[in-house]
Amino acid sequence: MTALGKLLRTTAFKLTLVYLSIFAVFAVFLLGYFAWNTRRLITEQITQTVDVEITGLAEQYRQGGIRRLVFIVEARSRRPGSSLYLLTTPAGEGLAGNVGSLSAGVLNSTGWEETAYRRLDDLDGTEHRALVRVFQLPAGFRLLVGRDLEERERLRDIVLAAGRWSLAVVIVLGVAGGLFVTRRVLKRVDAMTDTTRQIMEGDLTGRLPIAGTGDELDRLASNLNDMLERIEALMHGLKEMSDNIAHDLKTPLTRLRNRCEEALRLAEDESQYRRALEGTIEESDALIRTFNALLMIARAESGQARDGMIDVDAAEIARGVGELYEPVADEKGIRLRVEAPAPVPLKGNRELISQALANLVDNAIKYGVSTPIEMNGAEPEIVITAVPDGERIRLTVADTGRGIPEADRGRAMERFVRLEQSRSLPGSGLGLSLASAVARLHGGELRLEDNRPGLKTVVSLPRSGHAALAAQ
Amino acid sequence: MRLLIIEDDRDAADYLAKAFREVGHMAELAPDGEEGLALALNGQYDVLIVDRMLPRLDGLSLIGTLRSKGIETPALILSALGQVDDRVKGLRAGGDDYLPKPYSFSELLARTEVLARRRGGREETVYRVGDLQLDRLSHQVMRGAEEIILQPREFRLLEYLMKHAGQVVTRTMLLENVWDYHFDPQTNVIDVHISRLRSKIDKGFAQPLLHTVRGAGYVIRDR
Repeated sequence: MTALGKLLRTTAFKLTLVYLSIFAVFAVFLLGYFAWNTRRLITEQITQTVDVEITGLAEQYRQGGIRRLVFIVEARSRRPGSSLYLLTTPAGEGLAGNVGSLSAGVLNSTGWEETAYRRLDDLDGTEHRALVRVFQLPAGFRLLVGRDLEERERLRDIVLAAGRWSLAVVIVLGVAGGLFVTRRVLKRVDAMTDTTRQIMEGDLTGRLPIAGTGDELDRLASNLNDMLERIEALMHGLKEMSDNIAHDLKTPLTRLRNRCEEALRLAEDESQYRRALEGTIEESDALIRTFNALLMIARAESGQARDGMIDVDAAEIARGVGELYEPVADEKGIRLRVEAPAPVPLKGNRELISQALANLVDNAIKYGVSTPIEMNGAEPEIVITAVPDGERIRLTVADTGRGIPEADRGRAMERFVRLEQSRSLPGSGLGLSLASAVARLHGGELRLEDNRPGLKTVVSLPRSGHAALAAQ
Repeated sequence: MRLLIIEDDRDAADYLAKAFREVGHMAELAPDGEEGLALALNGQYDVLIVDRMLPRLDGLSLIGTLRSKGIETPALILSALGQVDDRVKGLRAGGDDYLPKPYSFSELLARTEVLARRRGGREETVYRVGDLQLDRLSHQVMRGAEEIILQPREFRLLEYLMKHAGQVVTRTMLLENVWDYHFDPQTNVIDVHISRLRSKIDKGFAQPLLHTVRGAGYVIRDR
């Protein structure tokens, strides 16, 4: 497409054209109205003076007869100006006046008439136009008084010329202005198009230019940039996730395969086969669990579970999870308490928050036990709390175990990271990252704090999980 | 028990049919939604096992059509979509139970048997297994002449087990029906709850009632 063709197709240019036409029509209408009004005014003036003159001449005729009238008309005809006179006999022969010839039939009808005429003293004999009135005098004489219309014609010509010129100026200026504005806007839109193409080609780091004027284009660009930011984060998460799947699912799959091969190679009787098969099923169950947790995190992070948000009570969730885990903790010699005396209402997904909390409690039970020497006689304890916290709510799980060194806390929340000291314990390593994903889904966050001694995990959620998220 | 398995994966369907026949049930197969619907409309089945994603007519529409025609055969939905909202959708469409893939056969069997029994089952006020008796109105539990004091959750756990007395119930079934959780609690929390309950109802009695079924779950019965 040529540059001009491109320009002609732009919205801004089309808009300019529309405005231009509206303005031109308006200008034409205005000039037309002005011309029409002026013309009307001139005509009115002519008819008034002619009427007065005729009345005066008729009076002269009544007082002095035809001779006096002829004398006066002759006198007035000689004055320079645009006044026209003609006095004729009843037969139509001219007695006095400055009109040479008239259009046929004008003299036969009394009243107003617009007509072409020639002046008697005009030797070229060019035709002019005039507005005349014919008056019938008592003895059959006819008196014509009129005015040349040259002035009016000239005015019309002036208005027409002015109209043409101003229209031309309007069009030229409009097109030039339109082109100027269009090119300016186009340039920025083109820059945006270029960037988007670059992004489409796979470079997700590109961002649209912002002029800093805060206009519509800037707002659009900054919104698109926010969108790109989000997409980049999602893509990054997706890539990380597939890397994690590749790494952390392939490892147990390899183990699974090795186990089968080993059984085929070494097993000698049915009981050995059975043991190998049972191990295989166990291994695959663990795989399924990991896979489910991964899917769940992905879902929570993409925001798909946002539909299930209803009014729930965090205190009830805390009590429910506490009640579920209390016997397990008890079996390991850990006292598990729930401190949630009053209802803590919030908008959220009960199932997901329960699962997140269950993961934290499960972690606390698995890793929250220290050796008796470290405990120094104190009884191991896990405390679950649910308390309101201004516009937010806090769900905490505090244990009295070894805790996590401050330097490792950020890493602990990453997917699959299982800190060195816990490598020997079973688990997918996804508990914290799942809890963190659930918190983010609700517009909140997961923090790891020091319980002195032990670890305190804090899930901080806005009361209106959904609304807070929508406002972001 | 007569079963109709509507599943388009030939291998999975054959495996299921074989496994069900091995434990003494009759299983018929339908490879797509339309054939499944035709069979379900005409045949007499105790339970339908319906894959959610089927060629020609998807599982949820199939169940919806059946229900709109007044056929109330219990339906268990199998699906690769296992999240909470998916299962809610499945149950809302008229399914009676929802099992995400991959599942273990013992889980499927236990759920299918519960569904089949539920059909004719009546809701009694008092459940009895051997000399164990649970009154659902007064919340009183007696073993012989001795009253057993249970926590509220233990009561609901026992109530669920006794409602399905003689049938195997799995850990997930207990977690779903007694606790209303649909996630995997990682640790075997249910086992600990069961052993607590067991110590209350079986300890000191010659005849144990609450049995563990290896690789499947638990059953309460007096044999």
